[in-house]
Amino acid sequence: MSDSIKNVEEISEVVVITTSGYFNNVAGDAVLEVFNQKMEEGKTNFLIDMEDSKVVNSIGVSILIEVIEKLQTVDGKLAFTNLAGIVEKTFNIMGLTKYCEIYDSVDSGVDNLS
Amino acid sequence: MSDNNPVVELKLPVIPDIELSATKTAEVISRHMNLSEEKTGEISMAIIESCINAFEHSKTKEIFIHFIVETDKLTIKVKDRGIGFDKSKVEIPNIENKLNSDERKRGWGLQLVSELMDTVEYDSDETGTTVTMTKKREDNE
Repeated sequence: MSDSIKNVEEISEVVVITTSGYFNNVAGDAVLEVFNQKMEEGKTNFLIDMEDSKVVNSIGVSILIEVIEKLQTVDGKLAFTNLAGIVEKTFNIMGLTKYCEIYDSVDSGVDNLS
Repeated sequence: MSDNNPVVELKLPVIPDIELSATKTAEVISRHMNLSEEKTGEISMAIIESCINAFEHSKTKEIFIHFIVETDKLTIKVKDRGIGFDKSKVEIPNIENKLNSDERKRGWGLQLVSELMDTVEYDSDETGTTVTMTKKREDNE
């Protein structure tokens, strides 16, 4: 597993991806790789826990737009939890929050996605 | 700006994630200025995006960052000695246009900096680019 991915688990049919460190292009690609693999297995609901990623850049976040695009083809959902204030603001400016919900905790995210 | 305004200068080579060293400096300066956590995050993000733009587009091997601490604001200059760019040719990104199209998903840097900072100015020609951005300090900070 990439250093940018701390954990991947499935809870009630929701794939929870926990990232680690600076969410840059490397981290974005690591998430995309996990996402592609799980999508091939038929998974359509994804929650990204960014508690350990307090700093992002727009290149990493742009890769998440690719994830949203792919999920739209299967009527899937992408959501986020444990976002730092500046990360949530960045997602707002880039428009991700029009397509993805943000939850306060993993439990809350899983409850709403499953 | 008076001669008493503290100035911090950094020279950053093109090394992966080196922009994080500038955000660490920004955090120290923000703390010195008693800026809020929210503003500190916005400044850091704007620096990250400005550095990435400079690294990607200037075709130079180093960039320079100046932090100028003033009573009522923090001014940050991100300079490169690269090939310059024409800001009028940079399209404002829109996620709706990027989804379900061949349009590249990237290209958010200028928009983010513009929204996160109080003022942003670009001075660019064939000898380089300087981005000058400011964050105001409120009376209660």
